[in-house]
Amino acid sequence: MHEKLSGAKAERSIVFALPSVCVLFQQRNLEGYVGFANLPNQVYRKSVKRGFEFTLMVVGESGLGKSTLINSLFLTDLYSKDYPGPSQRIKKTVQVEQSKVLIKEGGVQLTLTIVDTPGFGDAVDNSNCWQPVINYIDSKFEDFLNAESRVNRRQMPDNRVHCCLYFIAPSGHGLKPLDIEFMKRLHDKVNVIPLIAKADTLTPEECQLFKKQIMKEIQEHKIKIYEFPDTEDDEDSKLIRKIKEKMPLAVVGSNVVIEVNGRKVRGRQYPWGVAEVENGEHCDFTVLRNMLIRTHMQDLKDVTNNVHYENYRSKKLAAVTCNGVDATKNKGQLTKSPLAQMEEERREHVMKMKKMETEMEQVFEMKVKEKKQKLKDSEAELERRHEQMKKNLEAQYKELEEKRHQFEEEKANWETQQRILEQQKLDASKTMEKNKKKGKIF
Amino acid sequence: LVACFVGEGARGVPLSGHVGFDSMPDQLVNKSVNHGFCFNILCVGETGLGKSTLMDTLFNTKFEGEPTQHNQPGVQLKSNTYELQESNVRLKLTVVNTVGFGDQINKEDSYKSIVEFIDTQFEAYLQEELKIKRTLHSYHDTRIHACLYFIAPTGHSLKSLDLVTMKKLDSKVNIIPIIAKSDAISKSELTKFKIKITSELVSNGVQIYQFPTDDETVAEINSTMNGHLPFAVVGSTEEVKIGNKMVRARQYPWGTVQVENENHCDFVKLREMLIRVNMEDLREQTHTRHYELYRRCKLEEMGFKDTDPDSKPFSLQETYEAKRNEFMGELQKKEEEMRQMFVQRVKEKEAELKEAEKELHEKFDRLKKLHQDEKKKLEDKKKSLDDELNGFKQKKTAAELLQAQTQQAGSSATLKKDKERKK
Repeated sequence: MHEKLSGAKAERSIVFALPSVCVLFQQRNLEGYVGFANLPNQVYRKSVKRGFEFTLMVVGESGLGKSTLINSLFLTDLYSKDYPGPSQRIKKTVQVEQSKVLIKEGGVQLTLTIVDTPGFGDAVDNSNCWQPVINYIDSKFEDFLNAESRVNRRQMPDNRVHCCLYFIAPSGHGLKPLDIEFMKRLHDKVNVIPLIAKADTLTPEECQLFKKQIMKEIQEHKIKIYEFPDTEDDEDSKLIRKIKEKMPLAVVGSNVVIEVNGRKVRGRQYPWGVAEVENGEHCDFTVLRNMLIRTHMQDLKDVTNNVHYENYRSKKLAAVTCNGVDATKNKGQLTKSPLAQMEEERREHVMKMKKMETEMEQVFEMKVKEKKQKLKDSEAELERRHEQMKKNLEAQYKELEEKRHQFEEEKANWETQQRILEQQKLDASKTMEKNKKKGKIF
Repeated sequence: LVACFVGEGARGVPLSGHVGFDSMPDQLVNKSVNHGFCFNILCVGETGLGKSTLMDTLFNTKFEGEPTQHNQPGVQLKSNTYELQESNVRLKLTVVNTVGFGDQINKEDSYKSIVEFIDTQFEAYLQEELKIKRTLHSYHDTRIHACLYFIAPTGHSLKSLDLVTMKKLDSKVNIIPIIAKSDAISKSELTKFKIKITSELVSNGVQIYQFPTDDETVAEINSTMNGHLPFAVVGSTEEVKIGNKMVRARQYPWGTVQVENENHCDFVKLREMLIRVNMEDLREQTHTRHYELYRRCKLEEMGFKDTDPDSKPFSLQETYEAKRNEFMGELQKKEEEMRQMFVQRVKEKEAELKEAEKELHEKFDRLKKLHQDEKKKLEDKKKSLDDELNGFKQKKTAAELLQAQTQQAGSSATLKKDKERKK
């Protein structure tokens, strides 16, 4: 994504905004030696200190010379009397076994893991014999994913399978159904490099035809075998094109040193001659070794990390986080991290809650208002009634007062009258008395 | 991620010839050269300490910018990215400057925008790393790999702003303290100054970046250089003719300070350490130490934790599912809580209103009672009046009757008398 500007003075351009957007940065010419050209040396130094790792898987029927090839490639007795190769052991089912060795050369340490699949293709019914292989590869991906996803991460060893050498039996005809099936299932999980085993049983012409046939079938079945990366360097491109023309590589392996014309070579001795392992005209072993170890080992690791592992990871995480949710809805969510997704869900939820809260609040207020109004009405009603009763009572009081007043008046009048009468009576009786005294009257 | 490492559980085997994997470091180097490198420097220091000039001097070029004024309201971070090339090595260099640092009257919050900036870069990387479909390989890393902290050449000691800021930054970024404009300090003062600064850093627990001494190739030089920290630097983009060469220097009436003269200042040492020897280590430390710390804290904050590593193997799927369930549960719980709160409020309000209603009824009951009492009183009064009335009537009737009788008696007595007289 990074664009290289030409050496001339660059125009002022947009300053970088977001990491994921490709923007032209400002270029500066240096007027003197700064020294960051030493960075590669620093990287070199650190990588040597760290050491390297590589995991190589070999798959093929027994008897195709897998162990011998490994020993030839790494010039060591990975499989020896003490650690016998898988073909020495008879397996009923497909096993996946790994051997780890530490090899040093030129100050460089390499932890090499060879993964073997004894029993592959040896049964009568080989259906699903690739499954243990797939399981193994996936389990290594899973280990790495788990280690990478821990909160406390430590330095993690990289045990992922970086390359899978698939051995094709030198029938001379074409790929077997098992070959096709296996490669189809594995090409998305690991770098597959198909090899023609025991190539010393094919003449050059037979080999050519065989190779052509195989490549044709590989293309037909859309099998993605490991591809060499493009280089800008012309020389490298030429080499790569040459290698591509030789695919699949036809190999012969041997750790037996034989003397041929005064030279000590590794090869296989036949009555009719010696098939030399490292002779480019006899087989493609050297091509394989150079490519696998000397030039493209790092690329195999990078492709495993950037392509195969990322595929596994995104599938795994998509399955976990979009659990139970409609798959079509999630197209856009793959670009988010599960954490970001949860954050978004959290935010959505907060909004939902807010809305719910305001709604509930509204309903609440309304109900309260209603109730209060009712209470008010009831209060008013009672007040009214009370007023009325009061008025009523007051009216009665007034009536009573009037009555009393009337009565008082009447009584007062009558009493006054009575008093007058009494007085009169008194006066009359007084007069009579007086008269009586005066003389008897009549 | 830098996956490591050598030979656990592997047996050593001898090789009977040249295999060729000793080219691995070269393969790795070629790939990284093709990919290009990136490096991000943060310059922290007060306005006027020569940060921009030093960058220009270090990288032999003229970077962005005019000198800033002292009237910035707060500390801002300005970042510029440049593409540099030296032989076949391409470097994407980002220079971040703190604008306005130390200019405010109240500097309590000065460090905050710096910490925020650093965290933002970590966060961006973390987000990318956590994405489901991610492109780490082509990600432009903006995390700060080195922080050059510019110390003012007072000659006495560190300012409290310096200590506070460095303390806040030391767990987030590789700090390389430098004494800026060191041509203002004499050699003897400089030695004392350096000692004072170092002891102040130590006594305040500030962890500055140590040049690594674990690799024998560079252990010696790094260890020596560690002893020269903080580097006293002078920057200049102007050239002066010394002898028959043009060198970068600052010309004073009393002499010329040559930037690249190791007797005059530590510029060369800084360049050597920062760029030529330890640039890769600074990047590595940022990634494996500072970033990991940030990541760990962030994840723990969000509630993630590793299941016990001893009992069962850590499963990402289980963790995510557990986290998700927990998260959903939490959301539901919140919802439930809110509902409950409302139910509670409703209950309370109902009780309140009921109380009010009750009071109202009580009030009116009281009033009613009062009214009843009044009514009774009225009734009583009425009765008493009626009684009085009746009494009066009776009295009146009795009196009238008596009167009538008396009159009759009187008249009959008179009659009798008359009758007797007549006899």
